[in-house]
Amino acid sequence: MARDKSMKNIGHERSRRSRQTSPEWASGLRRLYDSVVEEPLPDSFNQLLDRLDGADD
Amino acid sequence: MTEPRSAADAVSFKRELTGVIPHLRAFARGLCGRPDLADDLVQETLLKAWAAQERFEPGTSMRAWTFVILRNAYLTDMRRNRFRAEYDETVAERILVAPAGQEGPLHLSDLHRALLTLPPERREALLLVGAGGFSYEEAAEICQCAVGTIKSRVGRARATLSAMIEQGAIPRRALGDAVAHDAIMEELEGSASSTEQAHS
Repeated sequence: MARDKSMKNIGHERSRRSRQTSPEWASGLRRLYDSVVEEPLPDSFNQLLDRLDGADD
Repeated sequence: MTEPRSAADAVSFKRELTGVIPHLRAFARGLCGRPDLADDLVQETLLKAWAAQERFEPGTSMRAWTFVILRNAYLTDMRRNRFRAEYDETVAERILVAPAGQEGPLHLSDLHRALLTLPPERREALLLVGAGGFSYEEAAEICQCAVGTIKSRVGRARATLSAMIEQGAIPRRALGDAVAHDAIMEELEGSASSTEQAHS
């Protein structure tokens, strides 16, 4: 298969197994998600909820 | 005198809503790529969730309930073109780069760029099932479509990403956004006239 030189040339050793099993990059997806979940939470979010909560009283 | 809900419900609503904020941020970041816009989307979601709290049924999943609100806000913003050409590669690279020791040459930023090239309906389906850990049934409820539709979207998203990774066809940095945006707009234009949206 022609490979565009402008594209990154990665992952060919992955190709053999990827059709049968869950692709290896699948754990990367979860890591992407989890890395954001584990980030420290900016104060602005709790401040927003506190403000909303206060406005209700 | 007429408290619409018990004080205990109100307290637990706020506690549960606070608890899902990190998940909302992760879902939003996966959808729209840029951390600051993703956080704006989360703020918008929190405002809407707060205003709609009477409609939340205690005991049901706060994460699923708020994800519905977030995705609807995202799709509305997307149609207004708010996310055009806004994907900030530098920030994404810094935030998303894999921790030391990650095996193989595929960086998380590559994966995220590839993800952003998917049409939004496939991207969100894959994010919900493959990253957020929702079942197909839960994802179908969040996306207001049939379970079979979600399965098909996830399958297509996986096949596309696998093919991109196998062929080394990950978009380059600056390219990712243009490609993603074209794909997104194409999909939105397509879905406006198609009957694939199964919520009718």
